[in-house]
Amino acid sequence: MALLREADRRQLSDLFARELQEPVTIHFFTQRASPLIVPAQECATCRETGELLEEVRGLSEKIRIETHDLVTEGETAGRMRVDRIPALVLQGKNRGTVRYFGMPAGYEFAVLVEDLVDLSRGTTRLSSATREALADLPGRAHIKVLVTPT
Amino acid sequence: MAIESPMVTAGVIEVSEFPEVAQRYRVYGVPKVIVNEQVSFEGALPEGRFLDKVLEAVPRATRA
Repeated sequence: MALLREADRRQLSDLFARELQEPVTIHFFTQRASPLIVPAQECATCRETGELLEEVRGLSEKIRIETHDLVTEGETAGRMRVDRIPALVLQGKNRGTVRYFGMPAGYEFAVLVEDLVDLSRGTTRLSSATREALADLPGRAHIKVLVTPT
Repeated sequence: MAIESPMVTAGVIEVSEFPEVAQRYRVYGVPKVIVNEQVSFEGALPEGRFLDKVLEAVPRATRA
């Protein structure tokens, strides 16, 4: 069964057609289906997250998904500093790094959609004062935003 | 912010899937934002105050 409702799918498809400019890649870290699953290490939402991303990919040619296995592609995971799954690393016209850990459902899905548009255009709705302050940051800022499903 | 600046890394973490993260950061309210493991706040802040929190965390992090 599809995760996105038909009405949402149409609305998103229109939004992406209108707003997306350059291609955006979602690096999706997951675990490959294996006959040997260690119960404690099973990823509860990886399969559903993968299905959701497949549906999103189907809505625009400008959205690309690269799927990585956390274990067998450990080097890539290390480079992108991914240590838990499911994880998404977004790549477009961003200057810093944008990541999601856990399934982006509910409100977080809306945030993901907004991020895809911003990454595709290389613009944000931040004020010019904020953008100037960020351009002059004297050091690195690692920001974690902890959320729960809504 | 991470879209605008190469100095910023932003990660959204769904803590119900990673309860150890919720425990580690003593999450009582969401969203909870943590900058450089030093400055944190709960709830949404206006853009300017959010930026102040980031600026507050950055100089201390670079001194180390």
